[in-house]
Amino acid sequence: MAETNIARSKWRAGLGAIIATLLAAVFSLVSWERPVRAADQPGAECLACHGDKSTTTTRAGKTVSLYVDGKKFATSVHASFGCTGCHADLEGKDFPHPTPARVQCGTCHTAEQEQYTRSLHGKAIARGDALAPRCVNCHGNHDIYPVKDSRSAVAPLKVPFVCGQCHQEGTPVSRNRTIAQDNILENYSESIHGEALLKKGLAVAPNCATCHTAHSILPHTDPASSINRRNIAATCTKCHSQIEIVHRKIIRGELWEKQANVLPSCPDCHQPHKIRNVFYDLGMANADCMRCHADEKLHRARDGKSMYVSVGEVSHSRHNKIACSQCHSEVNASHVRPCETITRGVDCTSCHDEIGKLYVTSIHGQLNGKNDPNAPTCKECHGTHGILGKQDPQSSTFAVNVPGLCARCHREGQKAAVRYTGMQHEIIANYTESIHGTLLKNGLTVTATCTSCHTAHHILPRSDPASSVNANNVPTMCGQCHHGIEEQFENSIHAKRVSGYSKPLPVCNDCHTAHSIHRTDENSFRLNVMTTCGRCHEQIAATYFETYHGKVSRLGYTKAAKCYDCHGAHDVLAVTDPRSHLSRTNVAATCGKCHAGATRRFAGYLTHATHHDPRKYPFLFYTFWGMTTLLLVTFVVGGVHTLLWLPRAFQMRQELRAAEAEDAAKPETPASKNKENTDA
Amino acid sequence: MPNGELADLVERAAERSRTARPELQFVRFTRLQRILHICMIVSFITLALTGLTLKFSYTKWAAMLSHLLGGFESAGNIHRSAAIVMFGVFVTHLVDLYRLKKREHTSWRSLVFGPGSMVPNRTDLAELVATLKWFVGLGKRPAYGRWTYWEKFDYFAVFWGIAVIGSTGLTLWFPVFFTRFIPGSFLNVATIIHSDEALLATGFIFTVHFFNTHLRPEKFPMDITVFTGRMPLEELKRDKPREYEALVASGKLEEYMEEAYPPIVTRTIRAFAWAALAVGFSIVLWIIYAVLFAYR
Repeated sequence: MAETNIARSKWRAGLGAIIATLLAAVFSLVSWERPVRAADQPGAECLACHGDKSTTTTRAGKTVSLYVDGKKFATSVHASFGCTGCHADLEGKDFPHPTPARVQCGTCHTAEQEQYTRSLHGKAIARGDALAPRCVNCHGNHDIYPVKDSRSAVAPLKVPFVCGQCHQEGTPVSRNRTIAQDNILENYSESIHGEALLKKGLAVAPNCATCHTAHSILPHTDPASSINRRNIAATCTKCHSQIEIVHRKIIRGELWEKQANVLPSCPDCHQPHKIRNVFYDLGMANADCMRCHADEKLHRARDGKSMYVSVGEVSHSRHNKIACSQCHSEVNASHVRPCETITRGVDCTSCHDEIGKLYVTSIHGQLNGKNDPNAPTCKECHGTHGILGKQDPQSSTFAVNVPGLCARCHREGQKAAVRYTGMQHEIIANYTESIHGTLLKNGLTVTATCTSCHTAHHILPRSDPASSVNANNVPTMCGQCHHGIEEQFENSIHAKRVSGYSKPLPVCNDCHTAHSIHRTDENSFRLNVMTTCGRCHEQIAATYFETYHGKVSRLGYTKAAKCYDCHGAHDVLAVTDPRSHLSRTNVAATCGKCHAGATRRFAGYLTHATHHDPRKYPFLFYTFWGMTTLLLVTFVVGGVHTLLWLPRAFQMRQELRAAEAEDAAKPETPASKNKENTDA
Repeated sequence: MPNGELADLVERAAERSRTARPELQFVRFTRLQRILHICMIVSFITLALTGLTLKFSYTKWAAMLSHLLGGFESAGNIHRSAAIVMFGVFVTHLVDLYRLKKREHTSWRSLVFGPGSMVPNRTDLAELVATLKWFVGLGKRPAYGRWTYWEKFDYFAVFWGIAVIGSTGLTLWFPVFFTRFIPGSFLNVATIIHSDEALLATGFIFTVHFFNTHLRPEKFPMDITVFTGRMPLEELKRDKPREYEALVASGKLEEYMEEAYPPIVTRTIRAFAWAALAVGFSIVLWIIYAVLFAYR
């Protein structure tokens, strides 16, 4: 049963193919015939008028030529169809005929029309974009020739200029439409492709349409686009079919084709439109470099620096798929020592452009710009051949290793710490002890390291407004992780937006410090916070220490209420604010956190009272002085009484001693002794 | 061992015990009174030490002491425990007074205004004037009775002190409860009164009371009557002649005479008294330092 089915379908397919071939042959014969017949006088009738150069009409107030070059038309691909072949709506119409409708090329060129409709240009037309090209804009109208014909408007040598009508600087398209690439025509004409096509007339060199296609032009983000990441390798290998051999280190053929997304795609290295033959150095392959650099004894004659490169190190590095010559550019393979043409050091920004731009503006980059010998460049932090991604635990830039990395220069006594003039000292030691440092030590890689706050490549001094640790940026910076707290803080009295205060207001590090941040439930924090708040709130902190909470806090009692226990920490608000923890409605609950059952009246306790201010706290002032007076009076009376007594007491002592001495001299009966004493 | 020698030994031992027989002394304080005084000393010094750490929290001393006492929280617990002891002493004394009234007096009136009463009376005023005259050399030392006017002052100072410090202390101990009746800011007032009254009490006890009662030059090195409860009869005659004469006249003196404590007991008492005295003086020095040189 199954066998018969297969046999039948095979038979059908064979028959279909035969029929199709026959039909095609007949059709091609017919079409071969037609131009021969019609070539005598293509559109002669129409040309009676339109063959005259002075034939014009007025459209929208403009004089438009209606001249058609009969000779060109007669040689064009469409000559056999005559005028009405395209202007079908004029078929059989006598003069004066109405203005013909727009010619629909797609009537015959269905496949192209379909591609075009889906393309970038077609969609623009559908949107009504006046700048979008139609068939006629590229192909012309009455003078259409086969693509291979040098007279064709879209002949390979002309394509760049056809596209360039719109895609070059200064055109309405380049000015008014968002196109990621700039100087397209210029760059192309200087590229190796452009050079071959335009300067050397090599017609097989790729033009715009070779990569972008003629009709299916799509943005590179479109998965169907010929220049999409997934498809670009296929596009390029149309010509560069064995490119894997040249890129033996960079790309492994099979991966490249099967999983183009995991490997760099062609334009990642060879920038679109700028493709050069010089930058990537004639395929200098690592093997060629390693012929010399694998030698452990290899050193530079100039200064004896080792020039050994460990293959193992490179092969485990992040750059193990990057060729030597991609970083060590300027090599020339035609030299015996290809590297002797190198004049400059490795420039990482040729790939890491964005990061390079950030680095240049950072303090490290600024110093490097001034040729400061202490300024770190890429390799000081990232290393060289063994460079690893920051996700790799072995990497110097892995979160856990970052403090150690920065410590190389910023540890006390090291070169960066020595030249530093600010207030932050022992930053590495302090950080290590801090909550962030402790968490990091315990392996929590998402905790803040140096770079979390200072950024990795845009490190700037705190005074710089663009610095991530500038006072204005600190809340946002800390808020990257402590988002909820940032939200509270931004609504607190300490936020400029809320208080409208012009003086500098505290930000995170003013209370929590920058590098020695400790848990807020640690004793050291709880006992120091009053001094911290007191830096600005001097008066209120001083009086706090006169009342119970302050006194016991000073004795090291951590449980007593500290500033933020009552006022709130990040959500601190003016006590007059109804949302404040100390507003009339909230204060009892706030006290109740420690004093269960606290009432509004209980909250009347003056937590910042002083008995030194008769105006603000008269009853405390007078109580204090009342008590002091009582004290002084008692002591003065008692003291005077005692002092007056003293001489008499001494006198009595002397008399007693004298009597005792007398007793000792002549021992007597207790009775007589008593008698004597009484007499005295 | 020959018999004669043994008899001789027994004879000598008996002789020694006869001669070493302690003298009879006048009993001035009952056992309960002495116990109460010792409890008072312990609780008072404890209260002073723990309380002053808070009052002078700004001195290094306070921080150190607080630390020694096991941190502030523990210091607070010690303070409150000592306060309970003090209240206990106070209540026990009141009960003792009630029993005294039942035992020896027919009415409260006789207890308050009777001859042994602590309540100051006309005689005290006269004695005060006479004493001042004696001080400046205008007369003889008055013949004081059982309680001199400064002893009565000290006694009522404690009453006053317990009332004032105790009530404010309770308020501060249970602020949530008391603010049901009084405004919160009264807690601030209570704090000032409690601490200043305590300062007064401490300062007064450790200077004036020490001098008046224990350290007077004629009694140097120390009068320990309040601990032993006994005083030599000569001292009674010298110090409280009026009482002595009254007792002699009523013929009740013999009732009040008891054997003195052996030296080991008095030595122990002295050691305790000196320790209390040393702590007291240290506290006074600390107060002076804190008030004069470190005050904020």
